[in-house]
Amino acid sequence: MGYVASMRLRLTEEESAFREEMRTFFTTEVPAEIREKVAAGRHLAKDDFVASQQILNAAGLAVPNWPVEWGGKDWTPLQKHIWHEEMQLASVPAPLAFNANMIGPVIANFGSQALKERFLPDTANLDIWWCQGFSEPNAGSDLASLTTRATRDGDDWIVNGQKTWTTLGQYADWIFCLCRTDPEAKKQAGISMLLFPMDAPGVTLRPIELIDGSFEVNEVFFEDVRVPGDCLVGEVNQGWTQAKFLLGNERVGVAPVAATKRALARTKEHATASNAIADPFVAARFAELENELLALELTALRVVANSADGKPHPASSVLKLKGTELQQAVTELTLDLAGEAGLASASSTVPEWAALAAPTYLNFRKASIYGGSNEIQRQIIAGTILGL
Amino acid sequence: MDFELDEEQRALRDAVRGLLKGYDPANDAERRRQVVATDPGYDTSLWGRYAELGLLGLPFSEEDGGAGAGPAEVAVVAEEIGRVLAPEPYVASVVLAGGLVAAAGSAEQRAELLGGLASGERLLAFARADRDGVAEPVIQGAAADTIVWMVGDELFVAPRPGDAIASRTYDGGRSARLVFDAAAATRIGSATDEATQVAFARARIAACHEALGAMESALAMTVDYLKTRQQFGVTLNRFQALTFRAADCYTAVELTRSIVTWATMVAAEGTAAQTIEAAARAKLQVAHAGRQIGQEAIQLHGGIGMTNEYVVGHYTERLTAINRWLGDERAMVGVLSESLADHTLLDPLG
Repeated sequence: MGYVASMRLRLTEEESAFREEMRTFFTTEVPAEIREKVAAGRHLAKDDFVASQQILNAAGLAVPNWPVEWGGKDWTPLQKHIWHEEMQLASVPAPLAFNANMIGPVIANFGSQALKERFLPDTANLDIWWCQGFSEPNAGSDLASLTTRATRDGDDWIVNGQKTWTTLGQYADWIFCLCRTDPEAKKQAGISMLLFPMDAPGVTLRPIELIDGSFEVNEVFFEDVRVPGDCLVGEVNQGWTQAKFLLGNERVGVAPVAATKRALARTKEHATASNAIADPFVAARFAELENELLALELTALRVVANSADGKPHPASSVLKLKGTELQQAVTELTLDLAGEAGLASASSTVPEWAALAAPTYLNFRKASIYGGSNEIQRQIIAGTILGL
Repeated sequence: MDFELDEEQRALRDAVRGLLKGYDPANDAERRRQVVATDPGYDTSLWGRYAELGLLGLPFSEEDGGAGAGPAEVAVVAEEIGRVLAPEPYVASVVLAGGLVAAAGSAEQRAELLGGLASGERLLAFARADRDGVAEPVIQGAAADTIVWMVGDELFVAPRPGDAIASRTYDGGRSARLVFDAAAATRIGSATDEATQVAFARARIAACHEALGAMESALAMTVDYLKTRQQFGVTLNRFQALTFRAADCYTAVELTRSIVTWATMVAAEGTAAQTIEAAARAKLQVAHAGRQIGQEAIQLHGGIGMTNEYVVGHYTERLTAINRWLGDERAMVGVLSESLADHTLLDPLG
């Protein structure tokens, strides 16, 4: 009958060579001290992020998803996937998401030539550290109900209001900020995206301490902040289009498959060293998690194979939902294996991994909330994919 | 990595879908119930049409009277069977029992048994004997004329004992209790060597595809129901408590499709050891997703899902049966737990 199997399992020779090239670069060019911090689950200093991203950028590997003329790569979706996975497997800090995945692509796609020339090179090189001014105390998942307003004053804008959950805002040089520019228009229609420095007069940042004791997020207050008219991205009242574009990109990178695999492998090492893995109950949890992660990774590869024009595949919601569930499940298994020792999180005598287990577990409760909460993802799956 | 079917595989899928359209509840809500209600619980004349289409010899070599196709084509057929719950014993008879003969039998045994299976003249069934030489349940053991026996570590073939009586299984199939008669049996090979283990693995993967087809249908039916059924003056899809559960089912089915398709690719191109491991991985995922989809499909339908007259509960029955056949969740977790030390992490592109 002559049926020919067309399903293909392995990478081509070129793809394998590309993978090897990435692996070699990430494991030899990025300093081991930085990668060990990532692997151990410690918090990174600002300098670590900057040093790592500048090494990547010097090699043209910081912003492959951007247009080629601004430093992007003419790679296939699979090559981009391999780049991302190998970076995580090598414990290299990903290029700062606010720069590389969020405002960079927005400026490249919607900004004027002047805006591109002014910001894109410094954004790729992390000479400017951006933070995200989206969420507000009363606009979380319902982002379009934001109330921070920008009013005209000659050519300038005057910004008043408050943002919150501004991640790593304490390191930021600039903010990309959604503001209401037409209070009469209905929800989504009257929003614009403004860019301004965090040290502009009238900007105040207040750190928020999280349940693990870390300071990752901040409140940012604006009181009569003057923003020049040329710091508007694209057209007035088109900010929602840009925000949707940005959030779609955010969802793609937010399923950390390889990083979760790496975390699980490290926990398996600890369980092997302590012989906890000899307990069939513990072994079963590893077997189940490895299998679910494999299914997730294969799903990511399917999405990659089917993403034509760089637009997020609707199934990217599946990746975000399941990816963060598994990420959290690994932190939970690690904490369970640390057991009572996890209570000694400030001790210098329990092993570092056991001391970090509880703060990490608590910290990663965030993963199912950010990037569009997992309930928002379920809404997208039910509505967009299933038509419910 | 390429997960799409090629043109010939799509043509095969369409041909099988056409063959089985009588079972599709969208065409005929009664047909399958009528067939499973009367012995032997499947449509023997339709089985002849499976043979005419070349499906019954699909995985066997041309010298053995088969079509020389691979796991991908078997997957296409199994998925279509699962999609409409076709009661013909394709995976049990062709992929499992036939696959064991293909793996272990001599050239003469293969030509005779597989040639007969492919033409529809013979029906094979697989029986695993306990210490007393008794096997139950043997799927379609009373309808089969030839039994492929696993006795200890050995494989035999034997004519079906004359006194076999069929009893109905909860998923609408038929099983029999058979007693091994050494005097009537011919040894065909080892039940534990690599080739035989691969045959079991391929049957396991085919069963996963059948389950996947069933899950996709059950989910699609459930989604349709949520869009049309009205309560409190609105359709059920207005209730987020229900649509979120459907979204979780969709996520489970997509993950299952990924790993089951991958297992088929491994079976087509990988080593024996890789195929055996991939089959366990796919089967474990199916165990979770099959249970979830089966349970939620009934729950989201409400009372109508409990009735024998409505089809969705039959999908739950079949998914429940597949999860306890050819290696259950506990067995698969056991296999994978044993291999944890073999790798630091899993690399499907390696």
